Parts: sequence; C-alpha cells; structure tokens
Amino acid sequence: MFSKILIANRGEIALRIIRACHELGIEAAVVYSEADKDLPYLQLADEAICIGPASPTDSYLSIPRIISAAEITDVEAIHPGYGFLAENAHFAEICQECGITFIGPTVQAMQLLGDKVEARRLAQKARVPVVPGSDGSIDNESEALKLANQLGYPVIIKAAAGGGGRGMRVVHNDMSLRSALGAARAEAEAAFKNGTVYLEKFIVEPRHVEVQVFADKAGNALHFYERDCSIQRRHQKLIEESPCPILDEHTREELCKAALRLVKQAKYVNAGTIEFLLDKDKKFYFIEANTRIQVEHPVTEMVTGYDLIKLQLQVASGQTIGLRQRDIMHSGVAIECRINAEDPLRDFAPCPGRVDEFIVPGGPGVRVDTHINQGCNIPSSYDSMIGKLIVHQKTRAEAITTMKRALKEFRIGPIKTTIPVCLDILSHNLYIKNKVDTGFVERHF
Amino acid sequence: MPEKNQTNLQKIEELIELMKLNDLVELEIVDGDSKIHLKRPQAQPPSVTALPLVAPAVSQAASVPAAESAEAKPATDETEEFVEIKSPIVGTFYSAPSPDSEPYIEVGSEVEPETVVGIIEAMKVMNEIKAQLTGMITQIVVANGQAVEYGQVLFRVRPH
Repeated sequence: MFSKILIANRGEIALRIIRACHELGIEAAVVYSEADKDLPYLQLADEAICIGPASPTDSYLSIPRIISAAEITDVEAIHPGYGFLAENAHFAEICQECGITFIGPTVQAMQLLGDKVEARRLAQKARVPVVPGSDGSIDNESEALKLANQLGYPVIIKAAAGGGGRGMRVVHNDMSLRSALGAARAEAEAAFKNGTVYLEKFIVEPRHVEVQVFADKAGNALHFYERDCSIQRRHQKLIEESPCPILDEHTREELCKAALRLVKQAKYVNAGTIEFLLDKDKKFYFIEANTRIQVEHPVTEMVTGYDLIKLQLQVASGQTIGLRQRDIMHSGVAIECRINAEDPLRDFAPCPGRVDEFIVPGGPGVRVDTHINQGCNIPSSYDSMIGKLIVHQKTRAEAITTMKRALKEFRIGPIKTTIPVCLDILSHNLYIKNKVDTGFVERHF
Repeated sequence: MPEKNQTNLQKIEELIELMKLNDLVELEIVDGDSKIHLKRPQAQPPSVTALPLVAPAVSQAASVPAAESAEAKPATDETEEFVEIKSPIVGTFYSAPSPDSEPYIEVGSEVEPETVVGIIEAMKVMNEIKAQLTGMITQIVVANGQAVEYGQVLFRVRPH
C-alpha cells in the first residue's frame, strides 16, 4: 500500500480522497490554487502545496506544477480525481515517466477509450451494441448526408475528442446538417484541439444508464451495477440513482456483462464507467466510456456497501480487488442530488461568493459530500458544484421522501443553489412514475 | 492566577524573541482551545503567501498594530519598506548554480531586474529566478535545497 500520495484536484473530491487515504493509513498531500487557500479541507491534508494562481491553466490543469508538487512532497502516486487532468493520457504518461503511479487506468486504455470513435470500434469488437452511426469519423459533407439519410433523422454530430456532454449537436434535416457540420468541427477544434467528428442516430427520449466497472492489474474485472442519470440539464447530470428503476433483471445482467466485455477488450485497470443509452424498447447502446472515478460514485457506494475510492487506492498499489462478482450485491435505492451554486431563476447562472449560512442535513439514510462550510468563499474560477446530497433507503418511494426532507433541511445562503429545482423534480409526477428521459428537465423546468 | 499569567508572559516573550531571530512578521500557535497570535508592525501592505501546512499551524502574513501582543516592539528599519521576491513555480530552491559554486546573491547584494537570484528545480529543469526589480537584498528567507511552493517568499529586497 502507498505510504503517501498527492491529490491533484480540489473541492469535494479532494476531501473524499483525503478521507479514503486516512482510513488506509496513507498520508495525503494536496495541491491548491490561491483561490482555494482558505478551504477547510486543506487543514485535514497532511501537506498542502500552493501550486499557482486561481486560473486552472496555471494550477489544477498545469502538469509541470502538479508534477513538481509531487516531487517536493515525495509521493509514490497521484490521484487525479475527476475533471481537470483525470482523463488526460499525456498526464498519465508523464507520471509514469517520472516514476509516479497514476491512480487510474493505463495510458493506452485512456488513449483508446478517450477517442470516442476508437471507443465505438472497440465496443463493436467486444460485441457491445453501439448506437447506429458512422464507421469511424465523418470527413466530408456528402458522406454525412448519405449516412444521415440511411440512419434516418434525427442524427447527432459528436466530437471524437469530446465527452461529458460537450461538442454535440442534434440535427433534424439535410439543411441543418449542412450548417451544423462546419460549426461542430470548429467548436471541437477550439475546445478539444481536435476537429474530428462522427455521426450517430439520435435516440429519441432515451434514459442514460451507466455501469460502474472495476478491474485490477491481474485482469480481474467486476461490475458494481448500474446508475440511472437521466435527470440532466444541458448534458450535465443533476440527479442520479441506483438501481435504474425500469430495468428488469435480464436486461440488467446483459448490460453489466456488456460493460465487462468492453473493460476486458480495452485491458482496462482501476475504476471506470461505461455509459449507455436505453431506448423506449429497453434496448441499450454504448455511447462512451469514462476512464476515471465519477462524481456520482457515492450512489453506487450506498447500494453496494463498497468504498470505491479505497478500492482505487488498493488496486493502484498493486493489490487485487479481492472480491468475486457474486460478493457484490445491491440493496435498496440510493439517490444523489448535485448541489450547484447556480440560480435556477436566472438560467442557472453561477453564483460565486461567500456562504454565510450552511446547515447540512442529517438523520438516517443521509450522506453529504461537501468541502464547504459556513464562511467559505466559492471562487468563480471553477465549476459550480459545491456538494452532493445522497440518500439510501429500502425502497424508491422512501428514498424520495428522505431526499425531499433532507433538501428542505439543507440551508445554504445567501447564494442561490439548485436545491429548489431538485425538490421540484422529485415532486414531479413523471419522475415519481419513472417516465423520465434525458430531455425531461429541459422540457419541464 | 498570577503564576499562570507569569508563565504565559514568559512564553510570549520567548515567542517574540523567536520571531525577531527568524524575522517572522506574524506567528500563530493553536493548542487545543488556546491560541496565541503575535504580529510585528511593518509599513508594507499585506502580500499573499502560502506555505505547506505542517503542525503546529504557523503562518506568515502582514502586520497589524502591536496592541495585541504583550511586549512586541515596533519594527526596526530593516523590516520597513521591503518588497518580496516570491516563487513563481513549485520546486526545490537552490541558492547557487552548482553545489560547489558561490551563491548567486547574499544579504546586501544589489540586484537589478535581470539579476539571477537563485534556481528553482522543477521536473529536472533548472529555472533561473530573476529579481525583476532594482534594490538591495535585505533578507534571504529560503534555505538552499528547500522545497518551495507557488507564492512562497524567497527574498526581501529594499527597493531603490
């Protein structure tokens, strides 16, 4: 097991990793930017190193600064968290060259699965169903038009180097395809330094269902069941739950097995998530693989009872997972609400600033993962998520009741948050009756 | 309880001496429920510095009047009117170009914007740190071979 690692991230995930480290007897060094210097979790770390000014480019996204911090703290490994450099294969490569273990998958797996076109190919090789679409990238307009008409509109243009909901455009006819193609390419070039795009049939009103997977260096691959993340706004998840409430046992088994086939095909190691779309006929299609631990990992932790971050540290240090698939069971229902510092009444505009009131809910079945407490300042330089509220109960109805109770107890001010929106969603008839899809939030809120 | 006050006063006097010896501007020690916080006045406005957090909590920052401390004396001339040279990166500081060379600068050295005042090694690359101002070095805050973080104070300079 490692004796000391560096956490190359910030906020609630940095705190989450510190906690796992301390339970395993690992010393946790953490980096921070000047904007984060007063955050309380820095005091919990064994060492905190200032690596730069507020700007992410000069701090959390700066490979040289992070590697230097790893060198001066003399750590054996780096945990990249999620976002920032977590899926940056080049960063993983540099860690390797510097003799520092990257807590995550191999460089090759990240490169393979990070390219969405390659990931699709790999899935097809592994006999994992994919959304009908282009065989590789789309290189010209006539190719795009021909394929779109074959597949049938609507179709979606996606960036090969994109992901996380970025670099995607839905088009409904030849005319909009023509105009969107050039724009999508330009956006992809600007955002990901790679203008390659591909085409997929656009699945109407799908559910987003993803499988938590885990593999160790000995080749053991396991799944920790699925999460339903259909409650999204502009492709950013807002509410997640496990299990997927409309999945029958047979489809669940097929889904998880398919995810594991892809894991083995990619020779994947450590934690990952395989994302699928579920259409109205309960057919699932692979869309992308996330080669990192995810924001919503607590949902899986609650229903399975396993600490995924500790497992990441164990696997990265060379230990085997030490579990068999039949040891992993899911029990009850867990729901997570992301608490974002955004104003729902002003089109979810970010609300940085001081938090004068911060009263966290509690009671049976309630878990709160946050780095914020009263008096903290929310900087404007980073994303707006300030915490996660997770509940776990025996049934979905009870989980919804507890979540609503906990959301009402949660007092954050004077900044605005997404708490009211979450309450509205959880009270909505369609959500309660499991008749939602990824477009639900935008249609109704 | 006079004895306790006496011990406290003694402790504070020792801390003040410690501060003067190491030219610390501010010192805070938290021990359970009690806290001692001492600041030496100086003319300069506050500058942000950040240090690795090690127990006990010790921070360096700028000044406030001496009223809080039992016997802090006003700052001497040496600590007035200085500018800090801070680390622009994370790495290991070296005061000389090589282990057997003379240090780049010492207390009293005159520097100009392009004067190299030290090296910070990061990822096997030796980065020359330039003064970026004109003045005289009044204090060398870091030691040779010390790990430094972004924004850490390296030198104090009396600008011309």
